[in-house]
Amino acid sequence: MPDLVYLDHAATTPVLPEVVEVVAAQMRAEIGNPSSQHRAGRRARKVVEESREAIAAALGANPSEVVFTSGGTEADNLAVKGLYWARRAADPRRTRVLISAVEHHAVLDAAEWLGKSEGADVELLPVDRNGRLNVDALHDTLARDPESVALVSVMWANNEVGTLQPIRAIVAAAAQQGVPVHADAVQAVGAVPVDFAASGLDTMTISGHKIGGPVGSGALLARRETELVPVLHGGGQERDVRSGTLDAASIAGLAVAVDHVTAGREESAARLASLREDLVDGVRRAVPDAVVNGTDDPAQRLPNIAHVSFPGCEGDSLLLLLDAQDIQCSTGSACAAGVPEPSHVLLAMGADPLLARGSLRFSLGHTSTASDVDALVAALGPAVERAKAAGYVNASKDGK
Amino acid sequence: MKVLAAMSGGVDSAVAAARCVDAGHDVTGVHLALSSNPQSFRSGARGCCTLEDSRDARRAADVMGIPFYVWDLAERFREDVVDDFVAEYAAGRTPNPCLRCNEKIKFAAVLDRALALGFDAVCTGHYAQIVNGPDGRELHRAVDPDKDQSYVLGVLDARQLAGAMFPLGDSLKSDVRAEADRRGLSVADKPDSHDICFITNGDTAGFLHDKIGTAPGEVVDESGAVLGSHDGAYAFTVGQRKGLKIGRPAPDGKPRYVLNISPVDNRVTVGPAEALDVDEVTGASPRWCGPEPVGETSCLAQFRAHGTPVPAVAVWDGDALTVRFVEPQRGVAPGQAIVLYDGTRVIGSATIATTSRPVPATTE
Repeated sequence: MPDLVYLDHAATTPVLPEVVEVVAAQMRAEIGNPSSQHRAGRRARKVVEESREAIAAALGANPSEVVFTSGGTEADNLAVKGLYWARRAADPRRTRVLISAVEHHAVLDAAEWLGKSEGADVELLPVDRNGRLNVDALHDTLARDPESVALVSVMWANNEVGTLQPIRAIVAAAAQQGVPVHADAVQAVGAVPVDFAASGLDTMTISGHKIGGPVGSGALLARRETELVPVLHGGGQERDVRSGTLDAASIAGLAVAVDHVTAGREESAARLASLREDLVDGVRRAVPDAVVNGTDDPAQRLPNIAHVSFPGCEGDSLLLLLDAQDIQCSTGSACAAGVPEPSHVLLAMGADPLLARGSLRFSLGHTSTASDVDALVAALGPAVERAKAAGYVNASKDGK
Repeated sequence: MKVLAAMSGGVDSAVAAARCVDAGHDVTGVHLALSSNPQSFRSGARGCCTLEDSRDARRAADVMGIPFYVWDLAERFREDVVDDFVAEYAAGRTPNPCLRCNEKIKFAAVLDRALALGFDAVCTGHYAQIVNGPDGRELHRAVDPDKDQSYVLGVLDARQLAGAMFPLGDSLKSDVRAEADRRGLSVADKPDSHDICFITNGDTAGFLHDKIGTAPGEVVDESGAVLGSHDGAYAFTVGQRKGLKIGRPAPDGKPRYVLNISPVDNRVTVGPAEALDVDEVTGASPRWCGPEPVGETSCLAQFRAHGTPVPAVAVWDGDALTVRFVEPQRGVAPGQAIVLYDGTRVIGSATIATTSRPVPATTE
């Protein structure tokens, strides 16, 4: 079987060899629950706390600000729901939840649930055609009855088109009104400089498996003065904010991954940015009418994601044709049934819905090479021709 | 060959796909999402469009080790099958949506897309046989008479047939189940799906009422005398006896049946069983599975999915199709598909446009 051409690192990226080693070593190590008082517990606790310190140091946080979770989705849920409940408990007027229109579903759906079940008024903050938040609009939205805002949530870097958000400006706007800000930084860590303290954020989500750590590992960084109502109740671990036995092996792996990607960030980002440039050039050569989504400004986007729309094509036709040649990429979104829907991110950016359906995300990572890019560029032209001939599968007869 | 296997999540389409793999084809599985608002779980044995069915199909594809995708055809299905179904009932006819789905979705939208994407054929779990005959490919009845689905495939034309594969046509259903079990396909024990997949609770009248609404009208006898009223003529089918809600018994005391549904004046005509006899029908938009049978053709005609084929003579002049039954038939209604067979071979099909009653024999 030929090697896979893996261009879907934003979905998940290969676990780093040093992570495999440390996780395996911890799994083989002596037994111990980090919450136990005895020696076995102390041994495990040492692993957890050293990991906590390493992660905090790498991301500009205090160790006590690291709350381990089962991953990005749980951390986002804890931030959005936890902040909302705590802020509303302190002042019942605070029911507005302001989130960007391009949030990951872990934030979007958590906020929508608060709207449906907890009396929240969810407001989507608009983005420009590059997917970047309109800070003036945020100012206006906040100024309209600031006492009623529970929280603001804007992701650091978008997972579909890779656009970076003006986190400093967002935090400054919210701080004027005393409103806490959460950011999902899952795609940002290891790709761009991330400093929790300097950002001024109240909470921030990180995930292990997007950076070569174990799936099922992650953390919410939460400032010490930030109050969160727990989502999970139980043994009172993690400042009583996130109960559940800590997974020392997985946490050790997460720490190694965070350390690795932040230490090597500059070199890796430069390499991936150059590879992405080759990829985008090649895609444009192969398919001249392809539309690259998001901003051209390298300072305002992730170095490793290229999101491209192919006019006249159904994204899942392209996915099928490329997959048949062992080239792995993503249409950027998928629901439980696997039915592709036009991306909410592209729609929020004002993209034509039909064009949005013909989009693919190519995301590079630590194992990506020039030959991956070459293989994609070689396969793409014929695949797009075929997909165009196949047309839009579910287009209604009046062409909608 | 590169084969696209349509996988509903049921046992038949899973085994059909597996047989394609065994035959050495390069197979890709596709689940067709036909409902825009699918339910999470199957309820009873109906339908094939829940998320659970999609997962079952994906699991079967994974067991076989073939790629698997979901194609969203909900909008096309709604337009071509569901809306058509409702419109036909509203016009007083009795449609079969499975034929429409095969004609417009599985062997049109899906086949066309598959061919454009570089596939050579679409494989399904239908029970029917494709045989190479002197004039090209022929569609024949399945070996298993209880499962034969050639009737709902009678709408396929030669081009569609050329792109179709039915690997189960030579098998008995019981053998297919056993084979699924042997292959480790967890769908082996799944109940058969039946009825209309988009009416998940089986309540066709309720479904139509939701779509069409209430349209009160009269129930009359053959002389035009009003016997009762109804809330919507679409809720009746020709040949129906129960649920007519006529207070007065017939003068001769015999049961009365729905004879005719007239959407123009919203009237339902009832009468005695003898008046249901039909000896000739005309067919609209005939579709031929092979060469056109020009002139008079002695054949067998079937007008229900699991109906008995009856001897008939079809007359086709390239423009109009008439089918005369050798013996008068009951339960024949406009909108039904009539499929014509030469032995086990499907000649073609048409939608029944009009029905004629035999001229009463003059008696002394």
